Order: sequence, then C-alpha cells, then structure tokens
Amino acid sequence: MAKARVKVPKTAKAGDVITIKTLIKHKMESGNRKDKKTGKKIPRHIIDKFTAKYNGEVFFSSDWEGGVSANPYCAFTCKVDKSGDFEFVWHDEKGEEYKATAKITVG
Amino acid sequence: MSRKGKKTTMGGGKLAAAAAGFLLAAGLAVGFSAPASACEECKGKYEVEGRKSGYLFSNPETRAIQDDDFANGGMLWVEKGAELWNKVDGKAGKSCASCHGDAEESMKGVYTVYPKYVQELGKLENLEQRINRCREANMGAKAWKWESDDLLAMTTYIGYLSRGMPMNVKIDGPAAPFFEKGKEEYFKRRGQLDMACKHCHYDHAGQYIRADLISEGRGGGAFPAYRLKWQKIGSLHRRFKGCNKQIRAQPYKAGSDEYVNLELFVKWRSRGLPVEVPAVRR
Repeated sequence: MAKARVKVPKTAKAGDVITIKTLIKHKMESGNRKDKKTGKKIPRHIIDKFTAKYNGEVFFSSDWEGGVSANPYCAFTCKVDKSGDFEFVWHDEKGEEYKATAKITVG
Repeated sequence: MSRKGKKTTMGGGKLAAAAAGFLLAAGLAVGFSAPASACEECKGKYEVEGRKSGYLFSNPETRAIQDDDFANGGMLWVEKGAELWNKVDGKAGKSCASCHGDAEESMKGVYTVYPKYVQELGKLENLEQRINRCREANMGAKAWKWESDDLLAMTTYIGYLSRGMPMNVKIDGPAAPFFEKGKEEYFKRRGQLDMACKHCHYDHAGQYIRADLISEGRGGGAFPAYRLKWQKIGSLHRRFKGCNKQIRAQPYKAGSDEYVNLELFVKWRSRGLPVEVPAVRR
C-alpha cells in the first residue's frame, strides 16, 4: 500500500509560488503511550526528518519529534523557475526511508 | 426547560438525582451552548429536517481536514480498500471484483441501507458482517477481524462510494423488532454514571460536557471515521464502546446483536443526512 501521497501542481509559470502538500501514513509512536495489558511503555517510533528536493537540490527540510501526530500532513510553498523533478524523502528513526516523486512542467 | 440562560449543573436538570449527585461529585457542568456551527452554507448539506450531522458540531479546523481529500487521513484507508477490492483472496481464487465488477458502479448506495434484515440469519446484519459473510461463503476466504486494517479499509471504501447520498435504512417489515430493540438500548440507563445515550445526545446536544461539545450522535453517515483521538480510522462499534466506557459501563462486543440493533436505530436517526465517509471527527 502506498505509504505517502503528494500533491504538486502539474504545470506552473516561471516565477510562480506553488503549494506542495504531503501526507504519509505512519503511526508516529511517541514513546509515552503505555501498553494496556503489560503496563509498559510502547517504544518510540517516529519519522524524524522530512526532506524535499527540487532537481536534486534540497530546498525544504523539517525535523520532527514525538509531538507530531500520526499520519503527518506537511504543506509548504516554493518558487519554481524551470521544469523538473521533485523528490520527497521521509526518514524513519529506525533507518527506513520512504520516498515519493512528482514532476512539474514550467512554462 | 429552555437550554438558553444561566450556567446550570446537571443536578438542576432532567437527570435523576442519583446520577446528578454523582456528576456533581465528578465536577461536571453543563453550560450554555455555543452555536453549533458558524458555517451557513454547510447547513443545507449537513442538516436535514432539523437533524444535524456531527460535522456541524466539529470545529472549523476539523471540518477543513474532512473537506480536503488530500489531508483527510481516512482517505488512506479508502485507497487501501480499493486495492483490496481487486486482490484475489481465499480458496475460490476470487477477488471482490470477480463478482461485483467495478465497485464504483456496483457499490453505489450500498452503505446507505445497512444494517439490513437477513432471512437466513433471522436477524440484522451490518456492513462489516456482510463483507465477512461474503468472504467466507463466496470467496472461501477468512473473515477479517473487527477493527483490523483490512476490514476498516473495505468498509471505508464502500462507505466512500456512497458519499453524498442520503442515509436510508429500512426499519419496517422484519427489521421492525430489531429496530425496537436498538431503540431500547438507546434509552436504557447503564454504567456507573447511570446514563443512557439519550441523556447526552437528545437532552443536551449542543451543550458542553466538560470541554467537549455534544453532538446529536447521529453518526450514521460518518463512520468509519478518522477520529483525531484515535489517530486513525475507526468503526461505529468502536465509538459505541468508547461511549459506554466513558459512562463507566461495560461495553458490548463489536458485532454483537446489541450494537447491530443500536446501529440500525442510530442510522435511522441519521436518515436523510449525507454519507460523509470518511468523516473526520475529534
């Protein structure tokens, strides 16, 4: 099942500011919840870094901590000047990485 | 007794003295109600014949999430449901699509009529039970567990395919005695706080219980809903259990006759309201 979804406009004019929306399915276990049966804390398991690249160059990144809710939604803007590829990377504390890509045509 | 006016504790209200005493001790107060919705355009859609959807009792930020299919976490389960629809499962080597074809056509309106009376079972069957019965009988597949990701995904997907259509359950004919049982459950006092569903949702809808705004509890067209408290999608029976626990009553099991009968009553209470699956609630 697709873990992440991204919404990027397909086309834009050079110099436009566009809004990018991202959502990833992830429990974002804070490490403070307790298992109802054993009474022990459920270990922390969160995404700690989200990075967005435009034609290979990082233009936005965000460090997340335990307070971020499950299935984090992150929206941000950027200015586009040429057609290209976006790459979005979510880095999980346990070392896993989830990726999504999108293309934009700039006229 | 008018709801407008001074702040009043539940002790002075409609509840029996014993319950009131307990509530006073628990520090509960029911105050003057805030307007249920500041959204005039929503009313036409989410209010039918005076019956209001829980949408109108959610705050604007929550409504904004529901209105945005991208940000609505429940849509993740809709996507999963769509995948499962086409997935072959079970000894018969079939997928849902093998018999039902394109879900967008075959499942349109299905959500609005469940729970239904089923002759072979001699009682009501809700959507989750229907899905599992189909899996076992027609696909030779294992029933999905209640509240499992798979069952939630399929129910959410089927609900989503009726989105916008009015709830329309049948309460006459063979369904009538079960409807009456469901109604009984709704009005029956239970738990340590000795309250019935009606005490919040009939008597005090639009008022606050501690910091929560009480809705009319018509949830029929909204579940499975993405509840921010659960941080995921959840079924109506899960909500029933939560409600029961909150008044310190022993909940019934998900899929129990009591809850399925109650579900018919609740969905009748939401007749005419649009299906919102996947709704977003607190």
